[in-house]
Amino acid sequence: MKPDLLEQLLEALRHKREACLVRWLDSGEAGLWVEGRWTSPRPLAPELEAEIKRALREGRGRLWELGGERLFLQVFQPPLRLIVVGAVHIAQALVPMAHLLGYRTVVVDPRRAFASSERFPGTDILDEWPDEALAALDPDRRTAVVVLTHDPKLDDPALIAALRSDAFYIGALGSRRTHAKRIARLRAMGLDTEELARIHAPIGLDIGAVSPAEIALSILAEITCRLRGGPKRDRTAATGEA
Amino acid sequence: MNEEAELLEQALAWHRRGRRVAIATVVATWGSSPRPVGSQLIVDEEGRMLGSVSGGCIEGAVVQEALAVLGGAPPRLLEFGVSDERAWEVGLACGGRIQVYVEPLA
Repeated sequence: MKPDLLEQLLEALRHKREACLVRWLDSGEAGLWVEGRWTSPRPLAPELEAEIKRALREGRGRLWELGGERLFLQVFQPPLRLIVVGAVHIAQALVPMAHLLGYRTVVVDPRRAFASSERFPGTDILDEWPDEALAALDPDRRTAVVVLTHDPKLDDPALIAALRSDAFYIGALGSRRTHAKRIARLRAMGLDTEELARIHAPIGLDIGAVSPAEIALSILAEITCRLRGGPKRDRTAATGEA
Repeated sequence: MNEEAELLEQALAWHRRGRRVAIATVVATWGSSPRPVGSQLIVDEEGRMLGSVSGGCIEGAVVQEALAVLGGAPPRLLEFGVSDERAWEVGLACGGRIQVYVEPLA
């Protein structure tokens, strides 16, 4: 690999960009893909770009073959983060489960009685207002934001800040009715339909969750679904139903 | 920044100080393997190394190959596994098979 190419890769990583480094193992050549930009003496075949995107979506490098040549695709991605706004009961289940899935977590709640390190051991806690906290945390394409306070004074500014960011997932707790009111408030504040469609609400995959831990599970299932680009199995084919 | 990126920063820093550097990368694993795909080891021409491709089992052999590459040999794809007698010699008794790509930073 050329030092120039390595420098470009490291520059991309310093800016928290996703990158895929490709090596042609037989010739020793290399190429670098950073968010759609390709640098290499070799052209970027469409099927190679599709495989690069698949590797990034799955978060896994792989050996691959193209035109009788062996390639290695190596993925570089910023760490996964979960920002939880609202140090509520569901958050207490959500945080340790998110750690198991490989997320770094931050809990944001200006109400100090809620956001205590006793209730949330082993995670970062910010007792700032959500809009200030989110501006500082700067959610990127590997960050999910979950809004759980049930209080529009906290939820709304959190959602507005999240919608301004590149977060790959934004979810808000509340029933359909609560969410309809929320949409009306946010629309009155100037957000448009396309922006508001980014909010997953009611939050979580519909698995009939009841307890706080089950709701946390449904939220993380929905986040995983977004991260990995949606369901892979055709259920009708698997069950043989038409 | 993550572990791999820090290691590659180090490789580039070595290169800029005039040291010749080889990079070894785990490109595939089968069965139980101590380090995942993408794990890296960097080696300079005096055999100094940083990082890890196996948690210690095959590093010695990889360093030898890295020195050959730094001496002008082409980049190479190495394979270690329990079915390979060489792997027993170098101690990959953990029951896995692993492929490592060794290339110069040049």
